[in-house]
Amino acid sequence: MSPPSLDRFRSRLAGTIREEPNPFGDAVFRAEPSDLRDVLRSLRDEHGFDLLLDVTAVDHLELPDSKPRFDVVYILRPSVGSERVRVQCRPPDEDLSLETVSDLWKAANWAEREVYDQYGVRFRNHPNLKRILNHKDFVGHPLRKDYDIKKQQWLSEPDDLMDEMRKLRGGAEGEESESVLLNIGPSHPAMHGALRALVDLEGETVRHTVPEIGYLHRGFEKSAEKGTYTHVIPFTDRLNYCSSVMNNVGYCRTIEKMLGIEPTPRAQTIRVVLLELGRIMDHLVSVAANLVDVGALTNYWYLFNERERIYDVIEALCGARLTHCYVRIGGLAHDLHAGFEEGVEGILRELPKALADVERLVARNRIFLDRVVGVGAITAEEAISHGFTGPCLRACGVPNDLRKDEPYYGYDGYDWNVIVGTRGDTYDRIWVRMEEMRESMRIVAQAMKKMPGGPVDVDDKRVSLPPKTEVYGNIEALMNHFMIIMEGIKPPAGECYGSIEAANGELGFFVVSDGTGKPYKVKVRPPCFYVFSAFPRLTEGGMIQDLIATLGSLNIIAGELDR
Amino acid sequence: MGLREIENLSGSGVLTTRLDAVLRWGRRNSLWPLPYGTACCAIEFMAVVASPFDLSRFGAEVVRFSPRQSDLLIVSGTIVHKQAVILRRIYAQMAEPKWVIAMGACASAGAFYDNYCTLQGIDHVIPVDIYIPGCPPRPEAVLHAVTELQKRIDAGVPPGSQRTEGSV
Repeated sequence: MSPPSLDRFRSRLAGTIREEPNPFGDAVFRAEPSDLRDVLRSLRDEHGFDLLLDVTAVDHLELPDSKPRFDVVYILRPSVGSERVRVQCRPPDEDLSLETVSDLWKAANWAEREVYDQYGVRFRNHPNLKRILNHKDFVGHPLRKDYDIKKQQWLSEPDDLMDEMRKLRGGAEGEESESVLLNIGPSHPAMHGALRALVDLEGETVRHTVPEIGYLHRGFEKSAEKGTYTHVIPFTDRLNYCSSVMNNVGYCRTIEKMLGIEPTPRAQTIRVVLLELGRIMDHLVSVAANLVDVGALTNYWYLFNERERIYDVIEALCGARLTHCYVRIGGLAHDLHAGFEEGVEGILRELPKALADVERLVARNRIFLDRVVGVGAITAEEAISHGFTGPCLRACGVPNDLRKDEPYYGYDGYDWNVIVGTRGDTYDRIWVRMEEMRESMRIVAQAMKKMPGGPVDVDDKRVSLPPKTEVYGNIEALMNHFMIIMEGIKPPAGECYGSIEAANGELGFFVVSDGTGKPYKVKVRPPCFYVFSAFPRLTEGGMIQDLIATLGSLNIIAGELDR
Repeated sequence: MGLREIENLSGSGVLTTRLDAVLRWGRRNSLWPLPYGTACCAIEFMAVVASPFDLSRFGAEVVRFSPRQSDLLIVSGTIVHKQAVILRRIYAQMAEPKWVIAMGACASAGAFYDNYCTLQGIDHVIPVDIYIPGCPPRPEAVLHAVTELQKRIDAGVPPGSQRTEGSV
């Protein structure tokens, strides 16, 4: 296949598809409902856009162009490469439905369910169009602009998931077969508190898996519409709470893209250091929890001690251990503290020892290898179809990494490698993370060495608060301060998708601005949502104990999964 | 409490006390928590049981994920309506006497998730003994909560006596 190219697509489809002007640089095409599938298929098969990043909708009720009301958005990119394209399509108001693309991309299955759940747009011929984040008794669609944010709905009984299980079992209904149903979670040590799976077992072999999510759906996207752009930052901390600062950066970078702001060199380098420390923290929890799940408890103590060491440095920096809230639109909350450098040196000195200890315990351990090698394997093609990004896709041998594909903050100036696996199994996923921690350490060391001086906030009255001495000294600065605090930062009207390479993969933010100080819509593209959608594929046919080992290696963080 | 005198036993080998005092002493020093971790607070709970803070110093390190084997429910994380049903069932499955710690702002009051899907505090569905403020609370705060609970058990405060009438 020739490399992904939008120019070719433009010239081929000239006349049949309209390209919309976009102030933020993304290519946006508007498709008619009848052409939608053909356009998307053509992008996938002929132009190399094989990764469906996200599907969402925008409710135009309170925007000037409110007819038809909903705009469904498909975001695509090539599995290796940085170009992105959005295809948008407005379903007619009368029947509010579009043809499904879940047969083209497996990722679309859950993504379309979410759009149905949150907005009420239906997808024709979808294999299983039921609610995904909200509970089964929920009435209405909460992300519609006319749904009151405070309107709570109680659930009386959890979903037994038998409707899905019956479909999978077919006609047999367990009469002749020896199969047994087993419910795992959400309150189960290996299900991380908020995941659930109903499995159909024959002996110890998993025949079918029905996962259920939404046990931590706490309304991030609706809440984000209620405050200013700055108010959203603490909410982003709690998406992937194992590496809060990465979410901060992902969100702020998107808003900066809308405003056309580039952070100062010092702010960029500090962000790189924190992003890589965040990646290390995330991988530490992931590997530690995964090893506990397969019975290797000692590693947990080794790895968590290192996490505490990073906590100490970050706490001295921003006052919080877990939810940092340190990044601001246009810069950072404040500059580094004295002693940050020594703290980072301590981390870089001690972490390799802990990693070596863990390696000594497990790398040649027969029991560990038997539990993880060849378990929960997936091919690169399937992983891409499911929308995998990050370590889980790299474990399949695809060098997909935004830090290389679309170098931001000077990532191309550091000497480091993208780690890839070969088999896409649990072992590869654990080892990709182990090696990535070492690569991150290299980046941190180089970034600390070249740390430029200068301010951490951009000199831009639209986003940066004036210094307090100015605020108390002259009326202009006082007004400036007042406007940013009371009315908020105001990105120009439009729709923008921005993303970074977070610990779990591509963390994207699709933000719609109506020109006011409050976001009209903030949609997160959560990497682990798409990874977890492949859970049945990864577990069916394996043993029940493999299901536990596989789940741990996917690093599903509920806050990011359910939002 | 009479058992403190155990250190001063004068060779007789006999100690008199009351039965309920012995029971309280035992319960206080061997709490078996069920970590009902759903969100960010669960990561901090992991830090509480890891070596630097080490919950086992207070006799409460035997975490049990089976409600039938535990007597202290530590709810760490946001509880949404979809989860609330499960939480109530888990609580009902625990044997008496049982205590509940609401760890963090979400479990205590819904915190800044004041929206359509989040339960505004677990005391709407189950009684709570100790609330820990913080988002998330520091590990020291969790240790403080456990020691406070131990004091209450010692003093014979009945479990769940801080019940707030919820909307269920």
